[in-house]
Amino acid sequence: MSNPPLVQISDLNFTYDRRPVLTGINMSIPRGKVVAIMGQSGCGKTTTLRLIGGQLKPSQGAVRFDGKVIHELDADGLYAMRRRMGMLFQFGALFTDISVFDNVAFQMREHTDLSEEMIRDLVLFKLNAVGLRGAQKLMPAELSGGMARRVALARAIALDPLLMMYDEPFTGLDPITMGVIGQLIRKLNDALGGSSIIVTHDVQESLQIVDYVYFMADGKVVAEGTPDEIRASDKAYVHQFVWGEMDGPVPFQYPSAPYREQIYGAAHA
Amino acid sequence: MNRMTLDLWVGVFVAIGLAALLFLALKVGNLASTNTGETYVLKANFDNIGGLKVRAPVKSAGVVVGRVGDIRLDAERYEAVVTMNIGSQFRFPRDTFAKIRTSGLLGEQYIGLAVGGDEQVFKPGDSVKKTESAMVLEDLVGQFLFDKAAEGKEKSDVNK
Amino acid sequence: MLDRATSALRGLGHRVTSRIWRLGFASRFFLATLLYSGPSFRRFFLTVREIYFTGVLSLIIILVSGLFVGMVLGLQGYDTLQRYGSSEALGILVALSLVRELGPVVSALLFASRAGSAITAEIGLMKATEQLSAMEMMAVNPIARVVAPRFWAGVISMPLLAALFSAMGIFGGYLVGVQLIGVDEGSFWSQMQASVDFREDIVNGVIKSAVFGIIVSWIAVFEGYDSEPTAEGVSGATTRTVVTSSLAILAADFILTAFMFRGA
Repeated sequence: MSNPPLVQISDLNFTYDRRPVLTGINMSIPRGKVVAIMGQSGCGKTTTLRLIGGQLKPSQGAVRFDGKVIHELDADGLYAMRRRMGMLFQFGALFTDISVFDNVAFQMREHTDLSEEMIRDLVLFKLNAVGLRGAQKLMPAELSGGMARRVALARAIALDPLLMMYDEPFTGLDPITMGVIGQLIRKLNDALGGSSIIVTHDVQESLQIVDYVYFMADGKVVAEGTPDEIRASDKAYVHQFVWGEMDGPVPFQYPSAPYREQIYGAAHA
Repeated sequence: MNRMTLDLWVGVFVAIGLAALLFLALKVGNLASTNTGETYVLKANFDNIGGLKVRAPVKSAGVVVGRVGDIRLDAERYEAVVTMNIGSQFRFPRDTFAKIRTSGLLGEQYIGLAVGGDEQVFKPGDSVKKTESAMVLEDLVGQFLFDKAAEGKEKSDVNK
Repeated sequence: MLDRATSALRGLGHRVTSRIWRLGFASRFFLATLLYSGPSFRRFFLTVREIYFTGVLSLIIILVSGLFVGMVLGLQGYDTLQRYGSSEALGILVALSLVRELGPVVSALLFASRAGSAITAEIGLMKATEQLSAMEMMAVNPIARVVAPRFWAGVISMPLLAALFSAMGIFGGYLVGVQLIGVDEGSFWSQMQASVDFREDIVNGVIKSAVFGIIVSWIAVFEGYDSEPTAEGVSGATTRTVVTSSLAILAADFILTAFMFRGA
């Protein structure tokens, strides 16, 4: 590969309260690509995102962003790095006490010396990109879930980040909005020329827009490949996940004593 | 809420808050009367200061002319040494009497300066020679009872 | 039996260590708040906004409570004082109780339940909805941007509110004592002025309220920042703010009073 990847995760381990959350993760996010990290709830996807964002420190291994090891940066270095990242949170995480316009303008006002007119033009441009220029005066409480997600997206791309991270961008949305958000993610990635990471368990929606997929289970990467490879995969776990089958390697039952024993056990005793 | 209204409200809040402080300082407290500016020191020894406290007023003819600055015990003579801060505009003759008085029956104690007729006045740091100690209520009552008893005895002597 | 005893002991030990751990974290958090206070003053609008929410919105409750407390003091004080024939001392009684104790303490208690709980709930909610995380990811330090302005707004508002409470209370005492009962107006004010000392009483009262302001604001922002990011977590933290700061206010009041008015 001629161009080194934007994000390189090597041998990453993370333990929380002596409980291993991630073990031996290796991933690379090439420039200009959209990569999905999929897996069941609680498999460590969001933790991986937080490690990339520098909100958590790895127990072992390293995450490199644009060549720099993230956990070795000091506070200033970390903040400088985060200015080149954008993150869309699961439910948008808009600042509820300020308007849509001010939400999108937030980073510009905090990090740049741009004049208010410049900021206004930029904010309207970003809002236009997500189709919500008309909603600039609304408060976050007045937005529907999908609109809030789009405003949060406009806010995340305010400073044209090199890397966009999406934490469950499709959760709780109707199919139409889901499609809109999916298309926006792809379009914005190609327009900004950066890379994107989507953490999701929405298989069908994300397989349509991503270039590469990592599958995680129990804190490990269990499969990876292009969407076509994933669809065709004969690995039992991937197959179960992609086609949403009820029983498979991931059992339907929570670990328990045999049914019979539990029901009749008391009577026999 | 826009920034102008917000600023206005906070401005009103801070203004009335400061006004309340000013009211407390001037109308409730005695900032105006303590801030007499320049003072000089006079000392006085008392056998007994009773309940006199630091910052108690020093009055002459009922007018506050200063305040008690410090109270110590002279370890050799077992007398209380009271330091008074007197306003510079007030000068007192050298034969001025310093008495510890009580305002009302149970009120706070203060030092009263009874002016004499000497030509010379105190210089800063001088000691007031003539002093009168606080009246201690127990002593007074004791004295009174003792006198009464003596009186009664005399009467009974006469009656005999 | 022994098992149960050891487990009870271990539970107790765990509780104690977790409290101490929390206190340590709270202290570190306090220092961080002071350290990142720059923006609260450089961009003073951030703090002004919070003064509106903590100070201005507490005005009504402070003014009304102050008035009633003063009026009650007037009635009760007169009832006691007139038995000793010294009802003119009502001014002293009302003013000293308010300026030294009731003003700072009661307004701090009201402030904790009105503004402190609101601060905790707001910060806790921002945490629960990932707004604080989002801010961090936008390279903005939430302690500098969210916590410090609220802390300083509380510290600034508290002495002003306490002064307003005292002033209002004295006015209430005046209404009842002079206007209603008929204590002589001249001696009401003059006796008050003769006995209330600016440095000894009023400055000490202001110092008290400033200390209470620091305590309440610190507890409020810490509880919010440290709350569990769930609905129950936030409501629990809000309750803890009110309980902890009320106890802390009363304890601190005792210590401060012991230092300030010892005999002298």
